[in-house]
Amino acid sequence: MAVMTRIRGFFSKLFGKKRSRVGIYGPPNAGKTTLANRIVRDVTGEAIGPVSEVPHETRRARRKEGVEINSGGSKLLIDIVDTPGVTTKIDYHEFLEYGMDQDEAVARAREATEGVAEAMHWLREDIDGVIYVLDSTQDPFMHVNIMMVGIIESRKLPVIIVANKIDLPDAAPQRIKSAFPQHPVVMVSGLEGNNMDDLYAKISEVFR
Amino acid sequence: MIQGVQIDMLSSDRLSRMTSMEKIRLILDDVRQGYIVVLEKGLTPEEQGKLLETTMMEISPGGFSGIEIETYPSSGGSEGGLFSKLFGGGKTPAGRLMVIGPVDQLKMLTREKDRLIAWASAAQ
Ligand SMILES: Nc1nc2c(ncn2[C@@H]2O[C@H](COP(=O)(O)OP(=O)(O)OP(=O)(O)O)[C@@H](O)[C@H]2O)c(=O)[nH]1
Ligand SMILES: [Mg+2]
Repeated sequence: MAVMTRIRGFFSKLFGKKRSRVGIYGPPNAGKTTLANRIVRDVTGEAIGPVSEVPHETRRARRKEGVEINSGGSKLLIDIVDTPGVTTKIDYHEFLEYGMDQDEAVARAREATEGVAEAMHWLREDIDGVIYVLDSTQDPFMHVNIMMVGIIESRKLPVIIVANKIDLPDAAPQRIKSAFPQHPVVMVSGLEGNNMDDLYAKISEVFR
Repeated sequence: MIQGVQIDMLSSDRLSRMTSMEKIRLILDDVRQGYIVVLEKGLTPEEQGKLLETTMMEISPGGFSGIEIETYPSSGGSEGGLFSKLFGGGKTPAGRLMVIGPVDQLKMLTREKDRLIAWASAAQ
């Protein structure tokens, strides 16, 4: 044991601190994958996963390793994990409204429930910090947000709250700020790319 | 028999004698029968996470489609931060009243920091 610890200590000194695994969490459709794609694409030119107006597009967590965040002359390497949207309810009828047939909608609902469970597993075991993404046109007090931020706090994980979709006319990012006064809130549009530098600065500060 | 919805109100005494899994099982068994459950003292964040995961395992397309869960959103617990931790002033959200019900029967109409308005219907 002692030897192992010493060896590990030696390696971590040699190669620097372990890379932080930053999970992108939030309710379905908040824009998590759009934001993850923008961060990853800004750096590597590739996307992390597909985006859709239909909720529960992401049904498996996806990780991108070694994403370099540059801000104010400093560099930080992190892993980005895009996770399925978390909710307490999934009804396949919702997907029928987007023109899916019954079988497709039922399959999507099943996968979505597994996706939520998977997101929770990652949060319990494999995540070192969280970017919690909220749609600024929606009510931030939805219980799922209060619950998730409560879980993140109880695990003492560093967190940045993102008030996303500020390009929309009925966006009210200020509401998100007053809902979570205890955490840093960054207002962005993942779609348009507004204010991404503010987000990179916060990432460099909070997940260092 | 009058038409209506059964409401199961659990005191904090009773809840404090139960393990996490017992609470979760009781809540989900009630909710799946179409009952509304009111907890005098809400679940901890950890227990809420477990409730969520168990709910996901039990959702079946065409059958059970999940839960609605609500508590006063702004408790002053986390807002109070260090101050409330030091002086025990603020309650954590887990310490507050919580209402849970089947998603197709319980709808939240208003969510304010000190007032919740819910609307419940009997099972179809
Ligand atoms: N106007 C606007 N739309 C956005 C923005 N970000 C995402 N969207 C749209 O919101 C929808 C959902 O985006 P996703 O990135 O798939 O959302 P998600 O949070 O990954 O959703 P799930 O994986 O289903 O949980 C898509 O139609 C996006 O184009 C934004 O900043 N502004
Ligand atoms: Mg997604």
